[in-house]
Amino acid sequence: MPADADPSLPGPLTDATVRKVASLARLAIADDHVALYQHQLSDVLKYIERLRTLDLEGVEPLTHAGDTLNRMRDDEVGPMLTNADAIALAPESTGPFIKVPKVIGDGGGA
Amino acid sequence: MTPPPSDPAAPPVTGAALAARIRAGELTAVAATQRALAQLDALNPALNCFIDTFPDQSLARAATIDKARADGAPLGPLAGVPIALKDNMCLSWGRTTCASKMLADYRSPYTLTAGQRLIDAGAIIVGKANMDEFAMGSSGESSFFGPTRNPLDHSRVPGGSSSGSAAAVAADIVPVALGSDTGGSIRQPAGLSGVVGMKPTYGRVSRYGLVAYASSLDQIGPLARTVEDCALILETICGVDPADGTTADLPAPSLLATLNDPIDRPVIGVPKQAHDPHNHPGVVNALGDAIDAFVRMGARIVEVDLAHVAHGIAAYYLVASAEASSNLARFDGVRYGHRATLQPGDELLDLYCKSRAEGFGPEVQRRIMLGTYALSSGYADAYYNTALKVRRLIRRDYDSAFAPNDRMGTPACDAILMPSSPSPAFKLGEKTSDPLAMYLEDVYTVTVNLAGLPAITLPGTPTTVDGVSLPVGMQLIGRAFDEPRLLRIARMLELAGGNRP
Repeated sequence: MPADADPSLPGPLTDATVRKVASLARLAIADDHVALYQHQLSDVLKYIERLRTLDLEGVEPLTHAGDTLNRMRDDEVGPMLTNADAIALAPESTGPFIKVPKVIGDGGGA
Repeated sequence: MTPPPSDPAAPPVTGAALAARIRAGELTAVAATQRALAQLDALNPALNCFIDTFPDQSLARAATIDKARADGAPLGPLAGVPIALKDNMCLSWGRTTCASKMLADYRSPYTLTAGQRLIDAGAIIVGKANMDEFAMGSSGESSFFGPTRNPLDHSRVPGGSSSGSAAAVAADIVPVALGSDTGGSIRQPAGLSGVVGMKPTYGRVSRYGLVAYASSLDQIGPLARTVEDCALILETICGVDPADGTTADLPAPSLLATLNDPIDRPVIGVPKQAHDPHNHPGVVNALGDAIDAFVRMGARIVEVDLAHVAHGIAAYYLVASAEASSNLARFDGVRYGHRATLQPGDELLDLYCKSRAEGFGPEVQRRIMLGTYALSSGYADAYYNTALKVRRLIRRDYDSAFAPNDRMGTPACDAILMPSSPSPAFKLGEKTSDPLAMYLEDVYTVTVNLAGLPAITLPGTPTTVDGVSLPVGMQLIGRAFDEPRLLRIARMLELAGGNRP
């Protein structure tokens, strides 16, 4: 086990963990799907445990295969998406705005 | 102008040959397009390889090419060649669905760079190909629009996630198609469908206009029936793009000019890990035949050790799912895509959560949850960062194989040979209830994406399963940004093998 791994992790993927993760992921999963996801994700996490057999001491994480870090360019105005084209994609709109449920209390309006 | 009648019984014509005939005036672009559309109409009801088609626009565009030729205007290298694009690629016409309910009615306001380069070269985009939802899958079965069937055996999958692109080429609807490859999604379906499929080096082809799945891994590439057509398409679409800061600022390589120059005594690395006892016997046999073919060509075969292949799937599904959970956060029912019908009292958070639960299919939701978990506070180090360290070790394995090994006294490999998947095409439904079994399908492809290298799959010796001859894909992996050498070696194997199913 690598030195930086917490031996208490991961705990078993409980019913509550699945609900918590779904909530973080902004997914309203149905109650009758929780057990299935719990089972399937546990299988995958169990498989992933094999990574813990490797000695990763001193290994730098590789986030990206490319060598490019930042590419600088002049800040010039190019062809842009127009408001009309953007609004045309929205499921609900009013005038030049996208419509969503109220996020401020009564009378606030969105 | 009367186009010659199309002959559906004619043998498949490559994109290169088609373009040459159109340039020479032996065939019109309209006739070539009519043939593709006729094939599509005849075969798509059974195969379901297209989500959307553009018959009127295609024929109108073909007519402009024929007119340009008649007027003596210069024609592009792909003038009149029908092509299919995977439906995660944005066009400013038609729908771009990603095979998801989330984007079932989405109409992109712009066209992807790779697609625009094909259009500028004269290609005719006849339709958008079916795929696994958001490119997440290895069989084509996660599509909201239903599975694609393997043209060689309709009870089997064509592979995925570029399922429709592979099937459309294999069924001779189009000679060439674009796919995208995050963990094998071009190479694995090419292998299972008996066509050639290439994932270029990370950074070689612009992803501007490709709906992102895992941004440090995604790459666009061609599927075709020949290595030459892959080179032709890649030469057209590659190169730096100001709209995609991850494209490498390197001169676009000339691929066709050197394609038929064999490499003298190439060094072919065969990983120890390719000889897995769990591989299907047909895959074992095809690998042996490919090695023999290289030996007969005077190649030097060396054993290489990709010691971390066994950890590739675990690292890949953590990295890809983590990136997906971030990339797919944009689909929230607000600006575009599916919006759930809300109940009285529902708030903005309900709109997000219900729209996403309704719009995404089960596999997409699984990967978003896996990625969210892997990135969540307290777990990121144990999962995500661990996977990134393993990714470094995988990259080192490849770097070692592509450098001389003084200890073993072996030279640097010109290419690495291994299967593209551990078994030939499987039955529809065989792996849908077991996500992990589906993930293991990608064991030979994911490490290439993690390392960012170019690789190409071509048909190896077929195998007979239940009385049906099924293709077996052989994969060649090259050095970063050395597509010319990789394609030359692939061309050598293609000439030696002749393994069209």
